Amino acid sequence: MLYREAGQFKTTYAEDMAVFPIRQDRIGIAVILLVAYVGVPLFASSFALTSVLIPMLVLTLAAIGLNILTGYAGLISLGTGAFMGVGAYACFKLTTAFPEVNVLVWILASGFFAAAVGVVFGLPSLRIKGLYLAVATLAAQFFLQWCFVRIGWLTNYSSSGSIEAARRELFGIQITGPGASDVARYLCVLTLLVFLTWIASNIVHGRIGRKWMMVRDMDIAAELMGVRLLPTKLLAFAVSSYFCGVAGAMLLFFHYGSMESIAFNIDLSFQILFMIIIGGLGSLIGSYFGAAFIAALPIVIKFAPQLVGLELHSAHVDQATVMIVGALIIFFLIVEPHGLARLWQIGKQKLRVWPFPY
Amino acid sequence: MRFRNLFIGITGLAVAAGSLPAMAQDSMYIPLLTYRTGPFAGSGIPIADGMHDYFKMLNERDGGIGGVKIVTEECETGYTAQKGVECYEATKGKGALVYNPWSTGITLALIPKATNEKIPVLSMAYGLSAAAMGKTFPWVFNPPLTYWDGLSVAVKYAGEKSGGMDKLKGKTIGYIYLDAPYGKEPIPLLDDLAKEFGFKVTKYPVPGDKMQDQSSQWLNVQQDNPDWIIMWGWGAMNPTAVKEAAKVGFPMDKFIGVWWAGSEDDARPAGAGSKGYLTLNFTAVGANYPALQDIVKHVFDKGNSSVKDKSKIGESNYNKGVYNSMLMAEAIRAAQKITGKKVITPQDMRLGLEALDISAARLKEIGLEGFAAPVKVTCDDHSGAHAVYVQQWDGAKWVKASDWISPMKDKVRPLLEKDAADYTGKNAPWPARSEACPKS
Repeated sequence: MLYREAGQFKTTYAEDMAVFPIRQDRIGIAVILLVAYVGVPLFASSFALTSVLIPMLVLTLAAIGLNILTGYAGLISLGTGAFMGVGAYACFKLTTAFPEVNVLVWILASGFFAAAVGVVFGLPSLRIKGLYLAVATLAAQFFLQWCFVRIGWLTNYSSSGSIEAARRELFGIQITGPGASDVARYLCVLTLLVFLTWIASNIVHGRIGRKWMMVRDMDIAAELMGVRLLPTKLLAFAVSSYFCGVAGAMLLFFHYGSMESIAFNIDLSFQILFMIIIGGLGSLIGSYFGAAFIAALPIVIKFAPQLVGLELHSAHVDQATVMIVGALIIFFLIVEPHGLARLWQIGKQKLRVWPFPY
Repeated sequence: MRFRNLFIGITGLAVAAGSLPAMAQDSMYIPLLTYRTGPFAGSGIPIADGMHDYFKMLNERDGGIGGVKIVTEECETGYTAQKGVECYEATKGKGALVYNPWSTGITLALIPKATNEKIPVLSMAYGLSAAAMGKTFPWVFNPPLTYWDGLSVAVKYAGEKSGGMDKLKGKTIGYIYLDAPYGKEPIPLLDDLAKEFGFKVTKYPVPGDKMQDQSSQWLNVQQDNPDWIIMWGWGAMNPTAVKEAAKVGFPMDKFIGVWWAGSEDDARPAGAGSKGYLTLNFTAVGANYPALQDIVKHVFDKGNSSVKDKSKIGESNYNKGVYNSMLMAEAIRAAQKITGKKVITPQDMRLGLEALDISAARLKEIGLEGFAAPVKVTCDDHSGAHAVYVQQWDGAKWVKASDWISPMKDKVRPLLEKDAADYTGKNAPWPARSEACPKS
């Protein structure tokens, strides 16, 4: 009833090709942005901001990055965690070497380092696909993590081997390092995420994105139609790693504040991979859903019993969380193997014809 | 439209999270960051039990501290800094008096946060060694001694057994350590001491995910054939290392672990092979102390302890948990005395920790005579560099193998000062200490 596009006529090609062709969608996005920018900072508690929203939004960006590679270009990667690490370490080195430059510039710049590393490890993708490529990226994961531990220069020879977010300001307000307010950090994360989602959306809806999808669906056919495979695949690796690198830098600077190399281990890679599988391959909105599911759910399960006053032993909660999340993953994959994004699409379709389904 | 459901969920969550249960006014809240899961659970469980049981005993026997009950809440960290930070964020709003991170990685992550939010951190004989510089780190406490103090004792012990410190010249000391902030912490001092006393250091890092497979490290040990081995291990790394050492036939009485490698479960799995294994320790082993007997009487016998087996009470790591809670309890008492308040705030807790002075007489009063060396924390020295002893595994239990040995304070102190300056330089602008030192 409410969600019906009757009477909305498209008179130009540009309108027809818009990312949000339906008016209700555009209103919806505006409302969500309003809630995210005004409502959440005003009403959300510090716990919700720091423990739920910030990590969720940061991991969404990483999921978008991996989705570009795996969902759009069809190349499996298990090195996401390491590429995020490259971004974090690059940003740490850049901010300590050039403290006068704004930290946001370095966060965005650190993605280029991750992109460069990603391209190097993406080179085998021309010759190998599927599981073999997964193994090659697994090598990247282990090699890069070895670098984080062994190369003292990366941590400025810190005796503990951890990297820390320095105190930096934007417009006179501290946004990183200890003492930065939750709201300031949240708004930075949100803005970067919205900006980069917009960029990603434009890439995947344009010429480059279509090339990736051609390669994904059938690389020989794509090659015959004039798509040069190596540059296309390497571009996918570069763009994907850029997003992951920025996400890694954001994880360090806006969420944890201090990280060890172990944080960028294979578990993180798998976590991001689960996000896009649960959320939906080849869908940006799926990255949001997947990240919300995988990143926020354990925290909610962990602290929900306390909110309702239930006293559970913390170790039991931790074990239960692992089991519940595992069961939910299997459940969702049985019910909808194409992920939450597909469920959302079906729901929308049903809503369009409601209350008179045919 | 697409995001709507997501945000309905989030806003709902935000509302729910905003209504955290308020703590009662007549209690004091201490979150315990513990780990009963993961590869370090073997060390983490007895510590968590010990910390818990001591507070429960005080609540049962004395009705709390100064008439105010202590409310504890465990938060599972799994030893990872990430979950530790989550626990900190989730509990700080409930009026947490003090944090015990129980992981060097978590300690490092919490130092800047807690300093900024003015909540004390008690990292008992672990964490950042330089935190002993109270003038730089007013909110961090690491009594009774730092890792660097501990390392200096290990080297001192090796020197004494070799017939004097000058006999270390030309010898080789192996250092096998967990490849994490924890194990890396002592390396700068070890390198310094090597230069000073003329011994050679060989290092064997054990990655956190390969703790149970140390064959390559011990192959290198066989090749290098060091005269002594010092170990900085934790969790599953310790029993594996002891077993491997026994397997390659390394003389166990030349193998010194740090105090965190000195639990019964670290030595026992190697069977007869671990006989003679040495570790440092700063708390006694065994339950033969009035306070521990009170735990048995008031907590265990009433079924309130999470310990299943009575013999676990008095084990090395359990006693460290008790000791940690004892330090907090004494700090609360000191804070109550200083401020005259019954229910204290984190700021008062800091005053209490800084005025911590547990004499031998006081230890006797609380039923822990001879359990540990007296502890005194000052504004200038948040650690105190107190003495530790060396214990030896006789095949079934730990026995004391040395007297209390004082750390080489003259060697450690300059390094602490340098490292503290280094830390503040890297984390500039580090807030200058605004809290006045208590008059002594």
